[in-house]
Amino acid sequence: MNAEKSPDSRIVKHAVLGDMPAQKEVTIYFEGKPLKALEGEPIMATLVAAGVTVFRYTKKGSPRRMFCGIGRCTDCVMTVDGVPGVRTCVTEVREGMRVERQQGVGSWKVQAEASHAQ
Amino acid sequence: MRNDGKPAVVIGAGPAGLCAAIELKKAGAPVVLMDENAKPGGQLFKQIHKFFGSQEHKAGIRGFDIGKELLAESLRLGIDVRLKTEVVGIEAGLKVWAVEDRSKSYTFDAGTLILATGATENALSFPGWTLPGIMTAGCAQTLINVHRVLPGQRVLMVGSGNVGVIVAYQLMQAGAQVAAVIEALPRLGGYGVHTAKVRRAGVPFYCSTTIIRAEGRESVERAVIASIDAKFQPIPGTEQTLDVDTICLAVGLTPSIELACIAGCKQIYIPELGGTMPAHDEFMRSSLESVYVVGDIAGVEEASTAMEEGRLAGIHAAWAMGYMDETTMKTKTEETKTRLKALRQGVFGQKRFEAKKRIVEGRKEA
Repeated sequence: MNAEKSPDSRIVKHAVLGDMPAQKEVTIYFEGKPLKALEGEPIMATLVAAGVTVFRYTKKGSPRRMFCGIGRCTDCVMTVDGVPGVRTCVTEVREGMRVERQQGVGSWKVQAEASHAQ
Repeated sequence: MRNDGKPAVVIGAGPAGLCAAIELKKAGAPVVLMDENAKPGGQLFKQIHKFFGSQEHKAGIRGFDIGKELLAESLRLGIDVRLKTEVVGIEAGLKVWAVEDRSKSYTFDAGTLILATGATENALSFPGWTLPGIMTAGCAQTLINVHRVLPGQRVLMVGSGNVGVIVAYQLMQAGAQVAAVIEALPRLGGYGVHTAKVRRAGVPFYCSTTIIRAEGRESVERAVIASIDAKFQPIPGTEQTLDVDTICLAVGLTPSIELACIAGCKQIYIPELGGTMPAHDEFMRSSLESVYVVGDIAGVEEASTAMEEGRLAGIHAAWAMGYMDETTMKTKTEETKTRLKALRQGVFGQKRFEAKKRIVEGRKEA
């Protein structure tokens, strides 16, 4: 209808909501690749804007993305800065954040690094 | 009358919780409003459509504008709003256990508890339902209206109730195509105004139809739908394949009753309002005298009714805590009840009105 999308699936013009206000950008890293994110948005929004369709794989290798989008169902969990099982729909992006797909329940990379340092 | 200085704790800063906290604070009662999210407003900010009802019910105003008004009022009143604060337990004597910012845990004593925890969207199980691209209608609505990103280009909407048709329309406003809206019942479920807008845009509606399976390798590529008979069984030979990358499920909501269960509120089963929920009296008091339940946790309805229920509980709790005289409480609760009754009229409203009466009767039996 009246919406205009930017190449990255962001809805920049909207009949009811108006033009998207200018927001400060931050960079997050998805599987090591830099992605442009908007300050204050959840990780899920950045990934959807970038066209990421698989957020994680279950133990049996089945792909998952997001389901409820408001922090209830845990479908969208990923490994964020080494911590597995983080709900990406309710976790805000931060400059330099590392976001990775997890396999099954994932593993605590933070702990592994810490014990390695010892 | 009692006034032991312990605050009223409102859990959930959506429309119901905000209104309850506002009424308490206006009466001069100490109140703490907690919400696990980073921003208050609950699901109001994704409601970009105009609300129904009369003028005093904010009809004609869009949900997010109502949200802004409520936030401004709570700010003006100086309500103690604690965001990123999850309530994870309620112990006897109304000791509230909260975790702030997923790192700081603390407990404190509440004099009164108002549970405004909302509801959770239902899932629907069919082959392929876990594929990326399948999400609740509310999830798609949050993505497009709050975060302003489009989750897909071509959508199948499952469910023709108000959520289904409103989100179908909003997906089109956001730039997506809606391939179809399907409905398992023989008739459409949403308000005529919302349904007609989607129909006028050329979207086909299929009644007595269900989704058979979703197909795709790493995400949704197709949906197979089919007609169903009076016993909801698929009729062979009626299958249709739709090329879609997104399937939205608008198949109802269930009250989020976890904290009410922990607190020990008596539950009652009312299928029309979403399943099992705490029984409550005409002032929204649960089976426990100092625990109120308001909004979708007390039966899934709409933001407009949630706000009035919040006000009703807030006023009554202010009186019970000793911050309002009985005459004022009676006048104000009567006014609120009149507005609530007006919101529960008409074909849709009457059904909810009758169901809400059963909740109150269930509380009496407790």
